[in-house]
Order: sequence, then C-alpha cells, then structure tokens
Amino acid sequence: MSTTSDRQLSAAAPALDRPTPRPPRADVGRPRPARRSWRLSLRRDWQLYALAVLPVLFLVVFRYVPMLGNVIAFRQFRPGGSIFGEQWVGLRYVDMFIHDPTFWKVFTNTVILGALTLVVCFPLPIVLALLLNEVRKKAFKRTIQSISYLPHFLSLVIVAGMVMQLLSLQGTVNQIIEGLGGEGIPFLQRAEWFRTIYVGSEVWQTVGWGTILYLAALTTVDTSLYEAARIDGANRWRQTWHVTIPGIRPTMITLLILNIGTFLNVGFEKVLLLYNPLTYSTADVISTYLYRVGLVSNNLSYAAAIGLFQACIGLVMVLSANFISRRVVGASLW
Amino acid sequence: MVTQTGTMLSGGVTGGGKPVGARDTRGYRAFTAFNTVGLIVVSLFMLYPFVTVLAQSFSDPGAIKAGMVSFWPVGFNVDTYRAMAQDTMFWTSYRNTIVYTLVGTTIAMVLTTTFAFVISKRHLRGRGVLIGIAVFTMFFNGGLVPNYVLISSLGLKNTMWAVVLPGAVSVFNLLVMKSFFENLPQELEEAAQIDGLGWFGILGRIVLPLSKAVLATMVLFYAVAYWNDWFAAFLYLDKNELFPVTLFMRNLIAGASTTASEGAAAVGSTTQAVSANIQSVTMILILVPIVCVYPFVQRYFVSGVMLGSVKG
Repeated sequence: MSTTSDRQLSAAAPALDRPTPRPPRADVGRPRPARRSWRLSLRRDWQLYALAVLPVLFLVVFRYVPMLGNVIAFRQFRPGGSIFGEQWVGLRYVDMFIHDPTFWKVFTNTVILGALTLVVCFPLPIVLALLLNEVRKKAFKRTIQSISYLPHFLSLVIVAGMVMQLLSLQGTVNQIIEGLGGEGIPFLQRAEWFRTIYVGSEVWQTVGWGTILYLAALTTVDTSLYEAARIDGANRWRQTWHVTIPGIRPTMITLLILNIGTFLNVGFEKVLLLYNPLTYSTADVISTYLYRVGLVSNNLSYAAAIGLFQACIGLVMVLSANFISRRVVGASLW
Repeated sequence: MVTQTGTMLSGGVTGGGKPVGARDTRGYRAFTAFNTVGLIVVSLFMLYPFVTVLAQSFSDPGAIKAGMVSFWPVGFNVDTYRAMAQDTMFWTSYRNTIVYTLVGTTIAMVLTTTFAFVISKRHLRGRGVLIGIAVFTMFFNGGLVPNYVLISSLGLKNTMWAVVLPGAVSVFNLLVMKSFFENLPQELEEAAQIDGLGWFGILGRIVLPLSKAVLATMVLFYAVAYWNDWFAAFLYLDKNELFPVTLFMRNLIAGASTTASEGAAAVGSTTQAVSANIQSVTMILILVPIVCVYPFVQRYFVSGVMLGSVKG
C-alpha cells in the first residue's frame, strides 16, 4: 500500500494553486460523432456502466433527494405527505427565524463556540507536530503518535461518557479541586463551563490526529535549506521559524480554509450529548436548536429553513476564506 | 488538498530535516529534555481517561461515590462485569451493533468498490460526470431535516436499514480506493481483455485479488464508523430491542445527567455513582474491539488519510 500511495502523492504534488484537472471531454461541440461514440462506448463498456448503476442510484436517493428536499424550507410540509411539501409559502419560514430571538441566541453561541474551537484546535496540532519532529528516537516518537491518535477512533458517546465521569462530583477534576481545599463544582450543570469543556474535549480528541498531515509535510522540507540557514548563522529556533514553518505553510492554509468552512457545523453530536437544559444559555447551537424545533417539536419546514441558512453561511465562509487566502498569501484550494 | 510528496507514509515517520550528527548546543540539549518530558506528559493526559474508566469499572461503587477512584481500582471486584453479563438489554444491543456493523460494512464495500472501479477507468465516457456526482456530495449535503423526512417517507424508521443505508458510501473512502485502482498496472487488465475477459471478470479475478490491502483498510474504516455510530439510531429507532450498544450507552449517560440536573447535585449523586460503575463497564466493552484492532490498523489509517487528502 505504501509504495502506491507514494506514487500517488508525488503524482498529485503540484495541485494546490491549480484548478483540479478535469478529465478531457472530447467531441463537445460535435453532436453526431459524439452520439456515435457514445453508442460505441456503451457497447464496449456496458459492464462498467452496469456496475455504476447501484452506487449512482444510492447517491441519488440518499444524497441528492435530501438536497432537493430542502425546498420544504419554502413550502408547507404535511407529515405523511410529499417529502417536497404541499404548496409554496415563500419566505414565511425564513421570516420566522429572522424574528426569532432564540435563533439569534443560538447563532451567537454557535459563532462563539466555533471561533473558540478554531482558535484552540487549529494551532495545537502544528505545535505538537513541530515538537514531535524534534524527537530523534523513533520508537518514542511512534509510541507518542499511537497514543495521541487513539481518541480519534472513539465513538462520541464514549467521549461524552468520559467527559461526564471526569467532571462529575466524584470525578478526577473535582477530586483535585477538593484535594486543594476547594469546593466541588458540578461542571456539566454550569453554563459558564460548557465552552471550556467542549473545547477541551475537542482538543483531546483531535490534536493527535491533526498532526498527521503536518508530519508528512515536515518530511518534505528540503534538508539543504537547513544547511544553508546554518551557514548563515541561524540557530535552531530561527531555522524552525524561517525554514520549517514556511515549508508547512501550504498545509496550514489548506487546513485553515477547511476548518473555516466547517466553522458553523460545530460538533452537533457532541453538543447534543453534553448539554442539558441548565446549560442551554451557552451550549445551544444552531444544529441542536433546529434538531429540537424540527424533530422534537415537529416544525419541519421551519427547521429546514434554519438548516439551509446555516449551509449557505458555511458555503459563503469557505468561498471567502479561499478568496482572501488567495489574495493575501497566494495559496488557495481552488 | 495537501500537496507535498510523501516519503513516510505507513507510520514510519522519521525525524524531520534536522541533520543528525551536528553538534548540539547546550540550549538545544535542554530543549530536547524538556520536549521529551512535555510529550510524555501530553500522552499521559491522552491516556488518563481510559485509565480512570478502566479503574472505575473494577471498583467498588461506594469508593466511586466517595470520589476515591482515579488511577487504580479501589475495592477491586468484578461484580459490575458479572451484573452486565446478565443484562439481556445490553447484550441485545451489543448483538445489534455487531449485525449493523457487518451488514453496513458489506453494503458499503460493495457500493464503494464497484463505483471506485468504474471511476478509476480513465477512458470511460462520462467518467467526469460520475466523479462529479460523488464529489459534489462532499461539499453539500441535504441536512438533518430533509434526511429525516426522506428516511421516514421511505418507511425505514425502526428498521435496520435506517442505520445501515445512509452512511453506505463515504466519498472520502471512494476517492482513496479510486486512486489505488488507478495505480494498478494497466498491462494486466489489457492482457485480460485480450484474453476475452469482460470488466466483471477483470474486477473479480484481477483487480480484487490485487487489492487486498486497500480492501482491508476500507473494511476497517467502515466498520469503525458503523461501530461508533449512535446518531442515526438515535434519530430513526424508537424500539429498545433495535438499539445499538452506543445508543444504549447514550441512554445511560443521558439518564445520569438528567438525574443530576433535576435536583441538587447532592440528591442526584447516589444514582449517578451507581451508574458510573455500569457506564464504565459499558464503555470498556464498547472499546475493547476498537482497541484490539487499533494496533493493526493504525498504519493503514494513517496512509489512508494521506491518500485521501490528495484530491481525487
């Protein structure tokens, strides 16, 4: 597996600044030969097309139909009726959530939680990767890597269970607080602690896994640059700053753009597992709110409108992050 | 996305660009020592939650309630394990998880393998469209409500299929597999074609036997995802006897948090501590299969991430 992946990576190496290469489309402007060669390729490759039928059908039903299903944001929906709704109601539901104070409350919560997560969880893997990169004992490095990747493979339910146990009144954190003479805190019932808890558990789960791409990028930094820097009298710290960091900058920018794009999708499932009515004031985010409005209280159209709004903002954020980074740093995803 | 050439894919990450043999300054040696200690501390933090859950699972409920359990079991016993062994609800959901994982992984592998094989054929007309159909779903998805409406109206609620089907094609896995197939030697397929083998035969007799490594990786990717999933079951299943074990676990912790949040923490603490025991055992039993396969699959996961990060 490793040899082929090597080849694959080097083949695709210069992709960052360029648009994704499209497969050539022959015969676009010439209908007749195109039709004939379609018939030819159908006859030659019918088995391939036959193999594709089932997966394409799957994608259409389970991915594209829900995409179109978003029209219920603008249509009246009757449970048991058509999944595309009954009749047009225009922007009624959009109007509803714009005038819904709870919506703006959860919107603010989402932005704060997303921003905190981004600010904390984006740089930490870089730091960890740089520190790991300085380790010369292979076995030690590999052990640390194995341990730090492990939380990535846990079910969120397990993560939530661990968080609850550690922070319960009998849990380790309160044992320490009480050992230092403090008073136990029911962390999960305190709204002011929710953001810390969320971001902390997010760090625990993602920091190790996040180093993988950086460690890969670090191995590609040209060794001769370090030599040149040393001859110029740069110490290790300056070598890191002037050689290593610029070497992994494309990776950093790519991941930053991707993180910004998923900014508003703050871990819906994790919030759902960790929050409770006592912490709604800081913990309730757009997705949990639309879950309660839509699936618990059955206002499906209203919730769909909120979901669509969230998706649109996400899209705008990716596009603008990409645009800004292309203008300012000259690197972008597409 | 990420564009560097990789030379260290399968786990064997070697030290970065620092030349070995250059004499270290005293400052750098101090840094190395500091770094080593720091990394050990970080990994202890990473491991601690596992250790404490394991310790609690073997501890006396009274000791947990008194807040005495941290690294090591206090009042060692296996009573909770024994009690869980009798719990039919738990084992029903454990069996459900196994069934969902097996069925889901099988369906996902069939769909992903066939589709990846098709879109790896560079000569195929309409290949761009097929790839586009898949990749587009990475950037836009229907969202919670439309998906829920779809599953309900297909009549899949309270069936296994609601849990198994929606996750069946991961575009990420699809692209990993596609690039693997693209890198298989063309000559073999051409030779097989000359010998009169159709595409079905090429896939079944030539490509699949050559792709055991990537197939194993994908099986593990999907199996771990199905094993860990709780949300689809939470949305679409109402009947206890259909719940996967993750949802069983979720109801345990949700129960604990409502008891604690209803009354003052002191009132709730009794119920919470009793279930802390059971929670820990449940977590351990969910974790065991993952932790057992982890050492074997880790290198594949890592190289999978590397491969997948190259845009299809």
